[in-house]
Amino acid sequence: MNVPDDRRYLPTHEWHLVDGDVATIGITRHAADELTDITFVDLPEVGAEVKAGEAFGEIESVKATADLNSGVSGTVVEVNSALKDDPGLVNRDPYHDAWMIKVRISSRADVDKLLTPEQYSALLSRQ
Amino acid sequence: MDYIQITPAQQRLMLREVGAADIEDLLRQVPAEARCARPLNVPPALDEMSLREHLTALAAANRCASETACFLGFGAYDHYIPALVDRLAARGEFVTAYTPYQPEASQGALQAFFEFQTMVCQLTAMDISNASLYDGATAVAEAALMALNVAGRRRLIVSAGVHPHYRRVLRTYLADLPAEYVDLPLEGGLTAPAGAAGLIDADTAAVIVQSPNYLGIIEDVPGIVAAAHARGSLVIQAFNPVSLGLLRRPGETGVDIAAGEGQPLGIPLSFGGPYLGLFACKSQFMRRMPGRLVGQTIDAAGRRAFCLTLQTREQHIRREKATSNVCTNQGLMALRAAIYMAAMGPHGLRRVAELCHAKAAYLARRLAQRGAVLPFADLPFFNELAVRPSRPVADVLRDAADRGILAGVPLEQYDDRLDNCLLVAVTEKRSRAQIDALAETLA
Repeated sequence: MNVPDDRRYLPTHEWHLVDGDVATIGITRHAADELTDITFVDLPEVGAEVKAGEAFGEIESVKATADLNSGVSGTVVEVNSALKDDPGLVNRDPYHDAWMIKVRISSRADVDKLLTPEQYSALLSRQ
Repeated sequence: MDYIQITPAQQRLMLREVGAADIEDLLRQVPAEARCARPLNVPPALDEMSLREHLTALAAANRCASETACFLGFGAYDHYIPALVDRLAARGEFVTAYTPYQPEASQGALQAFFEFQTMVCQLTAMDISNASLYDGATAVAEAALMALNVAGRRRLIVSAGVHPHYRRVLRTYLADLPAEYVDLPLEGGLTAPAGAAGLIDADTAAVIVQSPNYLGIIEDVPGIVAAAHARGSLVIQAFNPVSLGLLRRPGETGVDIAAGEGQPLGIPLSFGGPYLGLFACKSQFMRRMPGRLVGQTIDAAGRRAFCLTLQTREQHIRREKATSNVCTNQGLMALRAAIYMAAMGPHGLRRVAELCHAKAAYLARRLAQRGAVLPFADLPFFNELAVRPSRPVADVLRDAADRGILAGVPLEQYDDRLDNCLLVAVTEKRSRAQIDALAETLA
């Protein structure tokens, strides 16, 4: 599967698009397809702290509930309110309109530990 | 969906189909050391006539509430059950169904549970109800777990006015969790909002209060809600559904989770069970509710249908992240409660509540006239009150029993300030003559 090459990834299928000191986080097409119809996205409030390697929210579909993980530590500065009324947006446009949170990063070192697009693609082809 | 036993011929056919000679053939794979080598110590089967004789003799050793003037309350009450409830709930499709949740096979049961949920919401004025839990005690415990989960905090402030048995069950549920149970003592029979406020802190998930409390006294729920919400804590109210025929509903006072015992709604006393857990909450907590939830949908042909919904809350999907492991409901009891509520309607339920209160008030007046001590005489009650008879409680209970009266529940073991006290409940079934006779025995 082709994944956007402008961002970094977690093995748990969250993408991170970094611009300056703000990272935008969402889930990949692979994750959305595995979950099938998304019914609910549970996101934190603006101002909440997130920690690299920990869950920042939950995503529910007709068949499963999964954690949403952050690969970076920092503070949530924006949350995508469109997902509250239209969780299906995640299935339709996971890489753009269905971004989930924006985080002001506290440590760039976290970003360097994320998977590159090539590493993430390789992981997908092994599954 | 009926349950019908298979015949020996059908059993032989099934064995042949799977290629087994007999039942023993299916069990051969169990290691010998794991099998019980001796015959079970169970007496031989009785024929129907002998069995009936045997059970009748056993039953005769019991005395039913229906044979007495029953003034016992303490969480389970002798209310009148319309014949309609027994008749409809006894239908084979309901009585023998086991976990009737498959929409393709159990539309009738699912519809009944959906209507049950709807009526519980109407009764409690809460946004959403589940399809029931086991009983009031576990409903309160589940509410506590849900509050811990929702609030992300660890302390629970529990009023000592909550039923002592519910508090014991709650402690059991919390035993291995990183949660702190904080006791909020009663002051003069009531939970003081100031007392609650003094204990609530930033790590308090919820305050748990019961109204009417176990002593029958109506609590200041709005005051407690204000104190809790001021610090971002939730409020759980344990409630008596019949009392809501007269009292303010949990949803009108800002309560976050209402957990109650549904036995008063058409379920017999039955020596303690099966009873019925009622569970309702605000819609913002919907995804954290425990238990089964029935929803309305449409089938492939566009017809209205019912099915379980929001199942991703439940443990078979959410696993260790689920709020609870409850994966069933109290189907037959929820059905009885639904039939009762539909048969009585809001006016009928109000009438039952009015009669209960009026008769309890009459008892209180008769007792006062006879010089009896009522420890909480000045406090508002629904249909239950504490009485301190002039003679020892044991003597009173024995004399009353001799007159066919179950006089009340001794309270001393639950609070030593209530030495030699009885908790007396009056329902719509009690006649003036019965109440007068009780008053004579108590004072």
